[in-house]
Amino acid sequence: MKRKGTTPVASVQNDEIRDVIIVGSGPAGYTSAIYTARANLSPLVIAGSVTAGGELMNTTDVENFPGFPEGIMGPDLMDNLQKQAERFGAEILFDDVTNVDLSGDIKKVTINDGTVYNAYSVIISTGSAYRELGLADEKRLSGKGVSWCATCDGFFFRDQQIAVVGGGDSAMEEALFLTKFASKVFVVHRRSELRASKIMADRALAHEKIEFVWDSEVVGIDGDPKVTGLRVKNRHTNDETTLDVTGVFVAIGNDPRTDLIKDQLELTPEGTIAVDGRSSQTSLKGVFAAGDVIDSKYRQAITAAGSGCAAAIDVEHYLADLKTPAQAAN
Amino acid sequence: MSNAKDVTEATFQTDVLDASKPVIVDFWAEWCGPCRQLGPILDQIAEEHADKIDVVKVNVDENQGIAAKYGITSIPAVYVFKNGEHVATSIGAKPKPVLEKEFAEYL
Repeated sequence: MKRKGTTPVASVQNDEIRDVIIVGSGPAGYTSAIYTARANLSPLVIAGSVTAGGELMNTTDVENFPGFPEGIMGPDLMDNLQKQAERFGAEILFDDVTNVDLSGDIKKVTINDGTVYNAYSVIISTGSAYRELGLADEKRLSGKGVSWCATCDGFFFRDQQIAVVGGGDSAMEEALFLTKFASKVFVVHRRSELRASKIMADRALAHEKIEFVWDSEVVGIDGDPKVTGLRVKNRHTNDETTLDVTGVFVAIGNDPRTDLIKDQLELTPEGTIAVDGRSSQTSLKGVFAAGDVIDSKYRQAITAAGSGCAAAIDVEHYLADLKTPAQAAN
Repeated sequence: MSNAKDVTEATFQTDVLDASKPVIVDFWAEWCGPCRQLGPILDQIAEEHADKIDVVKVNVDENQGIAAKYGITSIPAVYVFKNGEHVATSIGAKPKPVLEKEFAEYL
């Protein structure tokens, strides 16, 4: 992904009030940037310093994004979305938001260096973060055999046995990708059937290098200083076995990234930002949300993009109403 | 990836282990998305802390010996070397303030 040169900016309180600030730069963020830019709203996208491009930056082939019959690499797709947003005048900042104040008519968004940006409206599209197993071993062995990024780390496990934990599309994608390197890939799943889409499940089930370990959960990871085994327990028999692996790839799902806003916006019981019906309207006026951060169900690049489009249109209507001279009362 | 100087198996001893200043080594590869995200951040750290440290990068694909020697299994992996010793590690792409905090002792 190409970036403009970053110049350190002194901490400043900007007086300028923008129409819209977009926090996040996955398919939802960039799609809302394309649409708001085309509506002449000159969006500012705060893309994130290391999370820019979102989850697709860590994937390889995206085969289900409409319009790419041969598939497209995740990072290439995000690069395209970024360019498309920039073409229509979106300003993109590769920095991290540290604080937001969403309560007033003028929303305030603070980034890492202390700069505060003001806007009449904000779109929160912060996506989701990898879920962890929650084991002490996982932290201890992170970077020493425990990984969250198959595309980054598969290379280091050539001709070794590894395990993928999870049963969804991401887990199948990782397992299939890792067969290029590993001699054998165990897929450890809590249930006896996969959540993954049929096509991904069938591919994984048919692969000669992949062995499924059903109804099992991870109870520990062995090794010091590096992973030497994965301890799993069968949920029905309570039998514990140790898989002889040097790598463990965790793909057990994602949680919406709501740290920034959780004290200001209403959340759903699933932990996503609550929005009104099919709109992107959050519990505060002028604040809209899109993508995985509002979606615990579909969580696809294309649904995120669609939701980013909806947020942009909601923003456009909100600003139009805001800027219409107030009807005389009485 | 960063604009940092490329270090290879041939130059690792001179540029890293024998360096007079502490050296931040960015282990990266072409195929690694988060490595691309981290590059510009390491460039900034290199520029702002030039008096204290050097920042270099090692392509793990082209220098598998070094990667194996230091037990790299996840990238981006950022190692700090001081007086020839590996003294600190940070795994994954992290924002600049987080890295600066982790490496505060050497900056």
